[in-house]
Amino acid sequence: MSATPNGAAAQPFVSHSIRLSLNGQDRQLDVLPWTTLLDLLREQLDLVGSKKGCDHGQCGACTVLRDGKRINACLTLAVMCDGAELTTIEGLADGDQLHPMQQAFIKHDAFQCGYCTPGQICSAVGLANEGRAHDTAQIQELMSGNLCRCGAYSNIRDAIEEVLEGKS
Amino acid sequence: MNPFHYSRPTGVQEAVHLSSAASRFIAGGTNLLDLMKENISRPDHLIDITGLPLHDIQQTAAGGLLIGALVSNADLAWHPLIEQRYPLLSQAILAGASPQLRNMASTGGNLLQRTRCYYFYDATVPCNKREPGSGCPARTGLNRIHAILGASEQCVATHPSDMCVALAALEARVHVEGRAGARVIEFADFHRLPGDAPQRDNQLADDELITAIELPADNLANHSNYLKIRDRASYAFALVSVAAALELDGDRIVDARLALGGVAHKPWRDRAVEAALIGQLVSRETFSHAADALLQDAEPLEHNGYKIKLARRGIIRALSDAAVAGERP
Amino acid sequence: MTTIGKPLDRVDGLLKVTGKARYAGEFPEDGLLHGSVVSSTVAKGRVLRIDASRALALPGVVAVIDHLNRPRIASYDDAFQDADAADGSPFRPLYNDRVLYSGQPLALVIADNLELARHAGSLVEIEYETEAFETDLLAMQQQAHASPQTPPKPRGDFQAVWIDAAVSLDVHYSTPIEHHNPMEPHASTVLYQPDGTLHIHDKTQGPQNCQAYVQKVFGLEKSQVRIFAAFVGGAFGSGLRPQYQLPLAVMASLALKRSVRVTLTRQQMFTFGYRPRTLQRLQLGAAANGRLLALGHTAIGQTSRFEDFSEHVVEWSGMLYHCDNVQLTYKLVPLDVFTPLDMRAPGAALGVIGLECAMDELACALGMDPVQLRLINYAERNQNEDKPWSSKALRECYREGAERFGWGQRNPEPRSMRDGRQLIGWGMAGGVWEAMQMKASAKAHIDAQGKLTVSSATTDIGTGTYTVMTQIAAQASGVAVEDVAFLLGDSSLPTAPLQGGSFTVSSVGTAVQQACEALNAKLLNIARQTYPVFKDAEAVRFEDGLLHTGDVSVSLAQLVKDSGEDALQVQVDSEPDKKREGYSTATHSAVFVEVQVDEDLGTIKVRRVVSAIAAGRVVNPKMARSQIVGGVVWGIGMALHEETQIDHQLGRYMNHSLAEYHIPVNADIGDIDVVFVEEHDEIVNALGSKGVGEIGIVGVAAAVANAIYHATGKRVREFPITLDKVL
Repeated sequence: MSATPNGAAAQPFVSHSIRLSLNGQDRQLDVLPWTTLLDLLREQLDLVGSKKGCDHGQCGACTVLRDGKRINACLTLAVMCDGAELTTIEGLADGDQLHPMQQAFIKHDAFQCGYCTPGQICSAVGLANEGRAHDTAQIQELMSGNLCRCGAYSNIRDAIEEVLEGKS
Repeated sequence: MNPFHYSRPTGVQEAVHLSSAASRFIAGGTNLLDLMKENISRPDHLIDITGLPLHDIQQTAAGGLLIGALVSNADLAWHPLIEQRYPLLSQAILAGASPQLRNMASTGGNLLQRTRCYYFYDATVPCNKREPGSGCPARTGLNRIHAILGASEQCVATHPSDMCVALAALEARVHVEGRAGARVIEFADFHRLPGDAPQRDNQLADDELITAIELPADNLANHSNYLKIRDRASYAFALVSVAAALELDGDRIVDARLALGGVAHKPWRDRAVEAALIGQLVSRETFSHAADALLQDAEPLEHNGYKIKLARRGIIRALSDAAVAGERP
Repeated sequence: MTTIGKPLDRVDGLLKVTGKARYAGEFPEDGLLHGSVVSSTVAKGRVLRIDASRALALPGVVAVIDHLNRPRIASYDDAFQDADAADGSPFRPLYNDRVLYSGQPLALVIADNLELARHAGSLVEIEYETEAFETDLLAMQQQAHASPQTPPKPRGDFQAVWIDAAVSLDVHYSTPIEHHNPMEPHASTVLYQPDGTLHIHDKTQGPQNCQAYVQKVFGLEKSQVRIFAAFVGGAFGSGLRPQYQLPLAVMASLALKRSVRVTLTRQQMFTFGYRPRTLQRLQLGAAANGRLLALGHTAIGQTSRFEDFSEHVVEWSGMLYHCDNVQLTYKLVPLDVFTPLDMRAPGAALGVIGLECAMDELACALGMDPVQLRLINYAERNQNEDKPWSSKALRECYREGAERFGWGQRNPEPRSMRDGRQLIGWGMAGGVWEAMQMKASAKAHIDAQGKLTVSSATTDIGTGTYTVMTQIAAQASGVAVEDVAFLLGDSSLPTAPLQGGSFTVSSVGTAVQQACEALNAKLLNIARQTYPVFKDAEAVRFEDGLLHTGDVSVSLAQLVKDSGEDALQVQVDSEPDKKREGYSTATHSAVFVEVQVDEDLGTIKVRRVVSAIAAGRVVNPKMARSQIVGGVVWGIGMALHEETQIDHQLGRYMNHSLAEYHIPVNADIGDIDVVFVEEHDEIVNALGSKGVGEIGIVGVAAAVANAIYHATGKRVREFPITLDKVL
């Protein structure tokens, strides 16, 4: 696959082959250099759970886990994910068994429109992995990279606290 | 985004030799991709440096630390040696961006963040930093977030990094490597004031790559504080930030560092002000004098005059908190 | 069996937490084309030339559509006038060469993929002839003209009484432009069907509104356009009118006979409707005992040059308190900007800021407790309409809210409370919103397995429509919640009003209830014909999917089978209850807020909020609470953070991103305690439920401002209250 350059540039732009583990499945994919991880997921793999709220790292709706750490898929080039282990919202549940964070979000009504929700949940799972949130204020601060326009913040906190308490 | 070529070298010299005026190095990409999507940055070649061996934090013979340029902001902030020896840096990093961005952003890249000036970020309006000679609408426009120190007729933008304010106070050194070889740049010299070339944020040549940040040994860890003042509680750029660090002998100041963020085109520091603090006793009055001295040349624009008052109070607050060991709020 | 009143989890929750809920821009199709909008960079003028050659030269770029080569669209205003249109001549995308505002869509690039479309869009060059423009409401306020929608006529003699009052107050407030910024950017996916009809997934609060719009603008038959909106990623009013991505996507689809998706960028989310900036003047006159004798409220709002957007800004001042001498004035200033648009509690969220801050100032001037002042002036009737309330438990809101908050412990003296370096302030305000009811239709359908499907062409923008309608249907039909499905977001379903104004439960809920009742009547009829025991049975009830009389029961599934049909269905058209006519209907609130303000740095945090709400019967307390909590967060944003800033030299919004347009983040939001007070209402509608989408925000910003005054002794009247204003 190749795309034609803009104007008179000499070399054609080429796609690159990458391998990654996506939601537990090994994938080999050809990606163009400028394709972001978010566009790869949404446009090419039909994994639309990761949302595009701003496309500039300013809202957190695209949050996914790379090697267990939360990142913004919109500011990540797919080509730079070669060898990575990625988990998106579609890969959190174990079959029909929801991840505890997903269950807690339902129980605490931690969303309304649902558009920021996949990012919030992935971010919350990343937060739990980090192990740095020990009280409500720390949860609040460390969840501030995920905007929720519906204003479900306090319910999101409650859901996360429940999961973190269950862990300790 | 404009189309571009991509390569992924594995060695520093290889990366440096791939570079050109139209290429950019990419690591975290958190700012570069943002700028590329806005058509503000249009490289024709991205050189992915994440495969370079610059991921470690090592102790130096002189008792300091050498931080590989590719250490992520999150790893750096939460590294035990940083938390113990340079809590100011840890605090500053955690005050910036979001957890996701801190997981992605690199130490070297943090130094190269570009301004959040509204006009710079909108490619359809004039901006001397983006398009030299096109003008600066911020001077007479929306300038509540702009510089009060060191600005020029051409540019009133501020540097957005929190980490850099701490690095300035800690007298970090920037290790870079280019085709001509390696050199070390003192942090105070790394970023520029806008002058008549606001398009240039720093002293780095096109082919130069930041390889490491060196932190010298110091005795400031017990009395440091990073204060960030912003428009919402988190995930916002600083209106004013203060990195303050003191070495104390009882109540007497043995060494002092003071750097401001959000007020100038670079982290703002004045060694004369710090020198004047040395030998003084910790007091509100002492700190108040330091604040006045640091801000004596501040010049407000139409909407950012409050920053002078805010910076003054912030300096006093940050120094006062730094002086109180183990009682940081 | 009562399901109404139960805190049921969202029935669509599973889809939302697993990423399986698809929003408007998320429907794939082989060969789908992608559109990218090219926006005006100048505020006013004409397009001289659009050079798309560089874009079109890229392989994979299919077309660039502009005003010169677009498909034919209607040429009269009425075709563009949707169900929420303002007075005037609606904006017509790509209609001609006129540039009416900065950010106006001027061309649409269509390409094989999204990235290419975006890149090609950046290569389109537009040459303009610019004209002088004006975007500053403050500078142009002398040009204000009366709004086409006029406030209630003056009553009494405001001017004379105000001047002579023992205490009189004359204060000015201003509120900024705000943008809805739902998390999901506006998007339309037009799926071009083999027969040439259009199936469109659109981000909207009214599928039928968009259907009619597309039909009229493009001269199509109703049967040629079907709009879907199964999930809407927030809207808050931004989906009340068809936004320009819809006609652009349709244009491309019709021109190319292909399926096309157009999704706006976040920056483009600042290029259509918004909450307008207002300048407000409050004049209050009171007796020494606190009795409000005269009240004047003047508001000037901005609008576009092409439409007069009006909302109820000042009405609330004539109804929240008893006052016999009232003068309400509302004016508009046309500017070179897009037309404003209803945004969560439109008008009320603005006007009640002025009113409730002024009431606080009056309480201070009188040396009276703010709650006491409000109780003294309690409105037993709506004087604007001269009608009694269908119900009004605002007194209970004041009482229960104050009690939960601990208001009784308040020292009225400003700067009297602190926590270390933080000045602590307590403030309160009241809120009011209409409890409207619209015509609505619903269909109830039961199959031979006893599964009930109820449908109406409404939406669920996060409000919980799926869930509460399921509950209403379950309760009315006697079918278990698990066996009820509610369908929405499809223009082919029975007619529903726009989802807005907090009238969905009242309107669609009533239709759902009536449809289920009508279906039950049909089922009972079958039972009477089929089973002797039911023939003349008087005491029958529907419960657990069964029809009971005495000890005997028959399943509804069996009754469907008995009918000889595969399924039974009923559709009803419901009308607002006649009982409502002699009454005023409204929701009310009392909001109590604690803030901390750093005494040196001016940073402000809302530590806790108690919001006491009177909204009739609560269908689902979990979801209703979430609505109020969300409203409170919005109120905090209005008070402290949100402001779209225009550079008036450029006539352009400059902070058009989520980094620089600040909405609250998690760390900004403290404890929010929501109290629903008892309010029984048999008049408002058959459900007795008033709707809670708006009332949660009303009054919050004023309560925060009043708390900041109490903390600091400083009265900031220019919103948002950023730290520089309290330093």
